[in-house]
Formats: sequence, C-alpha cells, structure tokens
Amino acid sequence: MTHLATEKLTAMYSKFTAVKNVSLTFPANHVHALIGPSGCGKSTLLRTLNRMHEMTPGGWITGKVLLDTEDIYAAGVNPMQLRRRVGMVFQKPTPFPTMSIYDNVCAGLKVNGRPARKETREIVERALRRAALWEEVKDRLDQSAIALSGGQQQRLCIARSIAPEPQVLLLDEPTAALDPQATQRIEELVFELKRDYTIVIVTHNLQQAARVSDTTTFLYLGHMIEHGPTRQLFTAPKNDQTEAYITGRFG
Amino acid sequence: MKRRGLRRWISNGMVVIMAVAVVVAVMPLLLILGTLVVKGAGSINLAFFTQTPVPAGETGGGVAHAIVGTLMIVGAACVIGLPIGISAGIFCAEYPANPLARTTRFLADVMIGTPSIVVGLFAWTWIVARQRHFSGFAGSAALAVLMVPMVMRTTEELIKLVPNSLREAALALGYPRWRTSLVIVVRTALPGIVTGVLLAVARVAGETAPLLFTALGSQFMSTDLKAPLAALPLVVFTYATGPYEDWHRLAWATALVLIIVVMLLSIAARLATRQRFDRKG
Repeated sequence: MTHLATEKLTAMYSKFTAVKNVSLTFPANHVHALIGPSGCGKSTLLRTLNRMHEMTPGGWITGKVLLDTEDIYAAGVNPMQLRRRVGMVFQKPTPFPTMSIYDNVCAGLKVNGRPARKETREIVERALRRAALWEEVKDRLDQSAIALSGGQQQRLCIARSIAPEPQVLLLDEPTAALDPQATQRIEELVFELKRDYTIVIVTHNLQQAARVSDTTTFLYLGHMIEHGPTRQLFTAPKNDQTEAYITGRFG
Repeated sequence: MKRRGLRRWISNGMVVIMAVAVVVAVMPLLLILGTLVVKGAGSINLAFFTQTPVPAGETGGGVAHAIVGTLMIVGAACVIGLPIGISAGIFCAEYPANPLARTTRFLADVMIGTPSIVVGLFAWTWIVARQRHFSGFAGSAALAVLMVPMVMRTTEELIKLVPNSLREAALALGYPRWRTSLVIVVRTALPGIVTGVLLAVARVAGETAPLLFTALGSQFMSTDLKAPLAALPLVVFTYATGPYEDWHRLAWATALVLIIVVMLLSIAARLATRQRFDRKG
C-alpha cells in the first residue's frame, strides 16, 4: 500500500536546485530514513512533503507529491489543511514559550475549531502518553513548556504534532540537539509510532537510520542515489557512492 | 616580557579612561537629580498633589490639574498612537521586503530624529489653526505622532528576535500565516513590546515643545480634551519663567515629580523585560 510518494520531484530555492527529479514511494506504517551528507537536499525533500518548502522565500517545486494518490500540490489543495494531515517535528525543540505544556499539545487542535473541553483533555492525555511524556508531566500540565529538558521538549513537540491525528509524521533530525539518553527515548518512540503513522525521518546519524528505519534513501547533491530496505542498503549497497558514504569514506 | 608589561599598561590606561568617561556621562544625571531634590523636594506635600493653583502672587496650591491633564493627554496619545505603531511594527517585521514596509521603516527612522517642536507645529497647523482653538486633543495628536515611530521600530525589532523555528513550528501545525503572527510571534514578543511602549510613554510624558502651542496649558482642573489642558511639563515652563518666588518653588517640585514619573516608567520597562528572561530560565 503506497501511502506517500513523490513523482519526478524537483525542489528549487530561486535558481538553486536542491532536490533533482526524485521519485520515491513511502509505504504506510513504515519508517523511512533520508540520509546523505550536509546539503544533499534531504531536509528540503522532507519539507516538500508538507509544503513547508514553499514558505522559504524563493522555494518552489516541479513534479508531484502524492498523499493517498492525491497530488498535494494540485490547485485547490489548501496547504494549511494539508499540514494538519502531515505533522512535522524539527531539529531544535520548538515548544511555544508563552504556552503551558497543556496548551502546547492543544496548539494544533485549536486551528481546527477547538473540540469540547473534556474531549480536549482526553486528546492531550492520549498524545502525551503516545509521546511517552505523560508520566513526567501529568502533574504540571499548566506549567511553562520552557521548564522541560531538551529531550522532554522534543517529545512534547512530537505530542503536539500527533494530537491532531495526522496521517504522516515528518521528523527533521529530531535528535540532533539531544543527548544520547534522550535520543534513545525518541528512537524507541519512533518505533512505537510507526504502528499508527507513516514516518519519514531525516538523520545525520547513520546508526540511527539503521536502528529505526525500515527503508532508507541515500541522497547526494540533490540526486536520489539509492533507495531500498534499510538492512540491504547498509549491508549490501548496490551503488559505490552509497557504500563510500555508509562506510565513512566521504560525507 | 617587556612587551607584555607595555600591553598591560595600555590596557589599564584604557580602562581608566573609560571609567572616567562613564563618570562624566552619569554626572549630569546625578547633578540634575540632586538639584531637583534639593530645590523641589521641600515643596512636595499632599496639597501639591491634590490642589489646583491659587491666584498669582499667593502662596500654596498644587499641580493636581496638571497631573490630571498629563494623564488625559498622554492617555489619549496612547489610544491614538499605540494601535498604529504596534500594527505598523508587526507589518514591517512580518513583510520585511515589502516596498511599503521599507518606506515606512525609513520614514519612521527619519521621524525618530525629527525635533518634537516640528511635530507640535504640524499639530498646530492641522488641528489648532483649523479648529481655531487650543485643545488637549491637539496635544495628544502631537504626542501620538511622536510615539508611533518609536513604538513601531521597537515592535519590529522585538518581533524579529522571535526565532524563525517557532514560526515554522506553528505553520507546520497548519496555522494560517496571520494566526502564526498574532498567536505565536507577537505573543512571544509581547513583554518586549510592552517595554518599548512604556519607554515611549516615558519619553512623550516629558515632552514640552509640542504641547506649548497645542494643549497650551491651563490653571484649572479639567478633563475636557476639546479645551486647553494643563500638563506637568507646561507647568514647569510657565512657573519657571514666571515672576513669583512661589511659582519657582512649584516649578522645581513639578520637575522632580516629572522626572520621578519618567524614572518609574523606565524601571517598570526594565522589570517587564527581566520577567521575560526569568521565564526563559
């Protein structure tokens, strides 16, 4: 079952081409890792999947991105509504500093016409439980989100992203700013979350890609070099460049 | 070795020069405060705050009318100026490359440097001369014109300080752009914007020149913005240049009150900023 796919996707910043003619399929309920050296276009590719790329000045694309066979770049698709179906978590934890923990989790619900108060409480608890944060914050939901540790903040951001029940979760180097212990918690979480979501994760950490993902795509200079099941890509890469990268000879 | 000794001497010399410069810079403020306290503090009592002026030549009386007048004029100036200044600041920060934003930013910078008496003249021409009478409202309009560029530029700078990652996080949740700006970005910058507003209020509360030929001043208690109104800076001007010893006494006291009000506003502004950093930990 193909859930998310790109077709001949090219992403530009003004005249610079960051992603070149990439066609990829992401089956549902799997974790997909995008790997490659800095500047290879993996973050840009990720940002085209929820139309955040076009929010960067000069950002535009050609080609298609299909979500359940519907082209998300077709005329008439509202990018705001699309982003409620495709959640995103960034490299740096971004809790809203003026909001409490509770309100942070609710933040994405409010835009869709806020559900009833009781229902909201249940959604918040469910999202925090799924993000493995509930036990740590259940007694201080009304406190500032800034008081949490970096790892907790990132799990809060994940809770915030999944509260509106998206179909896809995009993770842009979600552990790059975290210590190893917090990283491990997020990785376990990703493994749990794939039961409910299709997950695309960008990572600089090859071990992380090997640990959490089912399929991996190696990008280099905007080109898709190799795409395949993670185990195969890491143990028997078909492409020389892929092999050179995963064995640490460049990148 | 010798070189290092020389460097240390130069370094110490520079530190001394800078310390002297700091003392020289602070000196006028201390002298002003000291003089005001010595000459004005003795005249400050309950009557000073609660009574209106007595007929010229008699002793006693207070500046209650000017306190009320200043509150009215500055309050009305805020009502006119803050919405415009804050909105324009948000616009310039959110659409930095927009030609209108660029023009506005440039004009605001020019306006900040414009002498306040020019603004007073402007208010006189457009309001006083047309209505054929002085009014507190004309003074408010002049002060509002002075506030707008200050408030606008502070708002813009503080909104720019909000990390772009917060904006992206909100957009990625499906927030429309206007909602991201208001609910996330402006809300995050709000303590700083309040600080900017307080500083702007402190600045215009002490303005004299634009009020001279707009609000004009008055000897009577009044809250009518359509008529001439008293204001603390005008009281200082009138009393200090008047012929009576008792007036001079009141002028000193009023000047002291004015500077204390401005200082309190500045301190409030500092506290608003501090609170923000406390919360960030």
